[in-house]
Amino acid sequence: MSGSVRDACITGLGQSEVGRRLNRDPLGLTIDACLEAIEDAGLTREDIDGIATYPGGSVPGAAGFSGAGVVDVQDALRLELSWFTGGIELPGQLGSVVNACMAVATGLASHVLCFRTVWESTAQGAGRRAGIGGSYSRVGGPMQWTIPFGAASAATWIAMFAQRHFHEYGTTREQLAQIALNARRNAARNPKAIYRDPLSLEDYLSARIISTPFCLFDCDVPSDGSTALIVSRREAARDLRKPPIQVEAVGTALRGRPSWDQWDDLTTMAARDAGAMLWEHTQLRPSDVDVAELYDGFSFLALAWIEALGFCKQGEGGPFIEGGARIALDGELPLNTQGGQLSGGRMHGYGFLHEACVQLRGEGAERQVPNDPRVAVASAGGGPLAGCLLLSRP
Amino acid sequence: MTEKPTRILPAVTPENAHFWQGGAEGELRFLRCRDCSSYVHPPAPVCGHCLGRELAVAAVSGRAQVLTYTVNHQPWLPGFDPPYVIAIVEIEEQPGLRLTTNIVNCAPEALRIGMPVRVLFEQHEDVAIPLFEPVES
Repeated sequence: MSGSVRDACITGLGQSEVGRRLNRDPLGLTIDACLEAIEDAGLTREDIDGIATYPGGSVPGAAGFSGAGVVDVQDALRLELSWFTGGIELPGQLGSVVNACMAVATGLASHVLCFRTVWESTAQGAGRRAGIGGSYSRVGGPMQWTIPFGAASAATWIAMFAQRHFHEYGTTREQLAQIALNARRNAARNPKAIYRDPLSLEDYLSARIISTPFCLFDCDVPSDGSTALIVSRREAARDLRKPPIQVEAVGTALRGRPSWDQWDDLTTMAARDAGAMLWEHTQLRPSDVDVAELYDGFSFLALAWIEALGFCKQGEGGPFIEGGARIALDGELPLNTQGGQLSGGRMHGYGFLHEACVQLRGEGAERQVPNDPRVAVASAGGGPLAGCLLLSRP
Repeated sequence: MTEKPTRILPAVTPENAHFWQGGAEGELRFLRCRDCSSYVHPPAPVCGHCLGRELAVAAVSGRAQVLTYTVNHQPWLPGFDPPYVIAIVEIEEQPGLRLTTNIVNCAPEALRIGMPVRVLFEQHEDVAIPLFEPVES
């Protein structure tokens, strides 16, 4: 089959330092990650003929949401590109990596440098998180339907999905807590994670409420850092430094109405469609997955991805994660092994793909899952944004 | 919310004025397809159901039910003090005709999904914000 995403593989990984208020130039962080990824692949800058990034440079959004765009990196590294893309209207943050897969599969490029940089922690300073839209006198576009009602954060939009899930399926805060507790346990084994101190169920249940049913520990931590990876055409990846990670399938579908409040089933999100599509394009099944790196910008999103990807039936995510053993490092579905975004830091989607590759390479050190994982899934996005990739080590 | 919060208001345009200004006359208004009678929201130049191009403004009863909600405790916006209730409501006239809104005149602990509510409006400058309150049973 030609022109398939299976002609793409991931050959290089890089990540800058990750932290709170690093007070570093976001382009500097980006270059750290990009050069590390190029080096890790055993390539040189002359080999890089494509760039793909999310959300592109200079887009509106919270301060520090966009760290660097295509042209910033191209010019800093003096790259000679055959193809490039940077933008935000994509199936989630990892949609940019899917674009790169298509570029190499169709022969437009051989080695695409993909990156995502955030510096929200530094850009927003030490004060309280600002609401979306707070700098406007009037709002237009899609935001006009939420901001006037004080629904000025994804926390409030996603909390309503969680509440509906609780209502329809009996999901509980104690169950949802396992996403956060598991992330914290794994973060303790990741030297780059931001929050590494132990977190107990009692800590979780007594934390201040942000927007019911979410407490502080259901919300990820704004961070500074950049993640980069190299997507290569398979034939171009044969003699590189590390074994290539095969892209088996991707999920990019969006079949419901693309908004937070018009989505048909308020217990699911666009992950439902992306997850379904992923399995339509592969012989592998959910039971083949050895490690899952699922977006947890809010805890409920990881639960929604667990259901969307078919690890359990719709509505059964609560019982599936109850007690946390199943999703632990030594469980049947190790989840968010780097600490997720909840404890690892908001690398905004790319961190999950990076970690999936780390685990498939067996480079997870203290947090490496046992038994030689060969298949991993990485996902990113919430609400109307969703994209996922299924990866394998040949 | 006993006093009016400071709200970031929508920018009124020819396309959305019926929705954001209808409340000044006590009406919750949507676009409605002349061909299939579906309500269309957010406003669009085509009916999402039948692709009809003839859309007219029509008022609804203002009755709705709560599909889901959250009690927000975090101060996101200056002058919009928590706690306050954000909800998605479904308008009685059409399944799937939904708004994000605030539920007012209701203790947060009394809220429940499926609760019948009705519209009321809070006027700010040239905009009437549609809020909902419980229907007395």
